Amino acid sequence: MSRRPLIREVPPATWFLRHPRYMRYMAREVTSLFIGAYCVLLVVAMQRLSAGPAAWQGFLEALRSPGSIAFHILAMAAAFYHAGTWFNATQKAMPLQIGEEFVKGSYISGAHYLVWAVLSVAVLFLAGVF
Amino acid sequence: MTPLKERLVQLDVLRYNPDTDTEAHFQRYEVICHEEWVVLDALNKIKESIDPTLNYRWSCHMAVCGSCGMMINGEPKLSCHSFLRDYEGVIRVEPLTHFPVERDLVTAPDDFMEKLKRVKPYVIGKKKPIEEGEHKQTPAQLMKFRQYSMCINCMLCYAACPEYGLTPHFVGPAALTLAHRYNLDSRDEGRKERMEVVATAEGVWECTFVGACSEVCPAHVDPASALQQLKIVGSIDWIVEHLLPGGKP
Repeated sequence: MSRRPLIREVPPATWFLRHPRYMRYMAREVTSLFIGAYCVLLVVAMQRLSAGPAAWQGFLEALRSPGSIAFHILAMAAAFYHAGTWFNATQKAMPLQIGEEFVKGSYISGAHYLVWAVLSVAVLFLAGVF
Repeated sequence: MTPLKERLVQLDVLRYNPDTDTEAHFQRYEVICHEEWVVLDALNKIKESIDPTLNYRWSCHMAVCGSCGMMINGEPKLSCHSFLRDYEGVIRVEPLTHFPVERDLVTAPDDFMEKLKRVKPYVIGKKKPIEEGEHKQTPAQLMKFRQYSMCINCMLCYAACPEYGLTPHFVGPAALTLAHRYNLDSRDEGRKERMEVVATAEGVWECTFVGACSEVCPAHVDPASALQQLKIVGSIDWIVEHLLPGGKP
């Protein structure tokens, strides 16, 4: 009797529809598109700034458009979600062992959230919000 | 003693006979089971009393041997660890995804075995004369890798990992985790040899951290954590080798 194993192909374009956990993974990956788009926006902002006061004013006007505000809200939500998944992953990537015991994972992720909050406040302070 | 509660259980089991079939197909079985039974018990009852041609692997019936992995309602599970009381309606039973099907629920583990061999999952010991005694290890040194030593090679993580399904050359979660387990062992000196397999495009860098491996692991090994740690180790090795003057990993 010869072996004739059955090979089952994974659908290359729709594989993530097979399970909710794959959908969650794809959601995390898709947030990167918004982060990338926002980085492009920052580059455009620098280009506009270097082009002179009139160009900069025009850019600021464009930022106030409804489409721009909608994009910023979406990009912000994506950034929060992406950062959350990233900080939650830190406890897996950077376990901390003291003696025989490991520090609780929530402490490691929590410390990252704390530093994130402190740095965000510092950036807002430097930007003159307070 | 109160008698065990019984229930009629319906299972759709994927069948494939390499001698006669070109495609797999589902076969419905209806079998009276005790409420406390696991899916493996139901399969055993089917084989005993309904259909002796049904093929599947099992051995210990206590989630230790790792033989009875299969897809149960689309989820990679040990069938000896999947209680019937947790399922309603028809239970769909299929062989582990991402592996070739030999017959019915039996898959071919050859690829996993080959990958396991490549990462050298054993202590590559420090050379010292035997009269100097054993290699001692403190409890703290043991705890460093203990979690990763609990792997039972059941391959559920490979069935859960979409990366392995899409790019079969990926060394995969369990093998890489075992590489990490031996790298972390204070008695071991084989890290450099293993990293030649681990820190490559086929190794940890194929992992995109879906995390499914850790979600399905029946031994709570958390392979995803091992792979992320290996990425850090591999990155530090690369920086030391390429960016530091006279650096050797």
